Amino acid sequence: MLKRSIENLGNRTIQGVWRIGFAARFFLAMLLHSGTAFRRFGLTIREMYFTGVLSLIIILVSGLFVGMVLGLQGYETLQTYGSEEALGILVALSLVRELGPVVAALLFASRAGSAITAEIGLMKATEQLSAMEMMAVDPIARVVAPRFWAGVISMPLLAALFSAMGIFGGYLVGVQLIGVDEGSFWSQMQSAVDFEQDILNGVIKSVVFGVAITTIALFEGYDAPPTAEGVSGATTRTVVTSSLAVLALDFVLTAFMFRGIN
Amino acid sequence: MNKTVLDLWVGLFVIAGIAALLFLALKVGSMSAVNTSDSYEVVARFENIGGLKPRAPVKSAGVVVGRVADIRFDNETYEAAVTLRVDKRYAFPKDTTAAIMTSGLLGEQYVGLEAGGDSSKLKDKDRILITQDAVVLENLIGHFIYGKAQEGAPQ
Repeated sequence: MLKRSIENLGNRTIQGVWRIGFAARFFLAMLLHSGTAFRRFGLTIREMYFTGVLSLIIILVSGLFVGMVLGLQGYETLQTYGSEEALGILVALSLVRELGPVVAALLFASRAGSAITAEIGLMKATEQLSAMEMMAVDPIARVVAPRFWAGVISMPLLAALFSAMGIFGGYLVGVQLIGVDEGSFWSQMQSAVDFEQDILNGVIKSVVFGVAITTIALFEGYDAPPTAEGVSGATTRTVVTSSLAVLALDFVLTAFMFRGIN
Repeated sequence: MNKTVLDLWVGLFVIAGIAALLFLALKVGSMSAVNTSDSYEVVARFENIGGLKPRAPVKSAGVVVGRVADIRFDNETYEAAVTLRVDKRYAFPKDTTAAIMTSGLLGEQYVGLEAGGDSSKLKDKDRILITQDAVVLENLIGHFIYGKAQEGAPQ
């Protein structure tokens, strides 16, 4: 019994280490074969349509509503201190620094990441990847790398759209609906938001999230057992792992980026 | 799906994304009003800077003319040496005074410049001689209580 459980533990450790090593080799191979993604940019554009353009609706609508809720709740709190003009600062800083990159990344993981995993897992299950290898076409260069770069390019654009839409939502509720002064809403926002510290750091965050999500999604798909169950399990793992990775990375990045301010 | 339709959608997506970034940079962030390349630095020494922080605004007559570039403690004079980066477009007389002020009762602290009457102007690396320290609320209350106690004391 004891021997059995120790064996079990050993087996799990070996499996875990093997998976980490495989993931690292997979990531390196993906970077090495990225040339195809840029030489045949049509492939990447096609994937950008599926990961980026098709995620637009959910990103824009969520951004608008997150901004509107921020406007309502922020006004409620700020009004008790008589500083409702600071609503612009509150909405813009929370969106640009945190909510924009993080919520857009979570939505991206569940909308595009799961689709990538399911697609690649199914390609593997139906032996399309093996067929490519038979024809001397490297599946990593032809299938994986374009999807990776499409995700990495799409993610910051989606996060920027999310933030812009959210600020517009906050403006709609705060200025148009509640009646905060429009001039001070924008001018206070402009004096508080710094291009390098806030906006550029938000963009860097979203690029990092893009790399993490697409890598996890592609690896889970590539590594999925070639069965219906295996693919469904891999899709679930993609969403869970990449969401947790986004939240953990966000904490680390925030600790490094915003430690010096204030 | 048709390749040209696909290209069109992706192109629209990229344009919208870049437009959103531009909106954030220009309308939300105002791309830093004071350009760092066209500026000169002056040093002002204070005995107490209160809660002044780097990147705080430097204002004259209420208009932002620069930013606080650096704050350092001088171990020889035991004073704070505050480096102000002022926009080149604004020249100030040599006898300009610098004071640390607070916007509103609880707002952020900034450096206020008040122009003097000297005909020569401040140059890069010059020093502002006349300064006024930050008002520390605790000291103010202390002075007030001390004054009240003096009033009430028997002669």
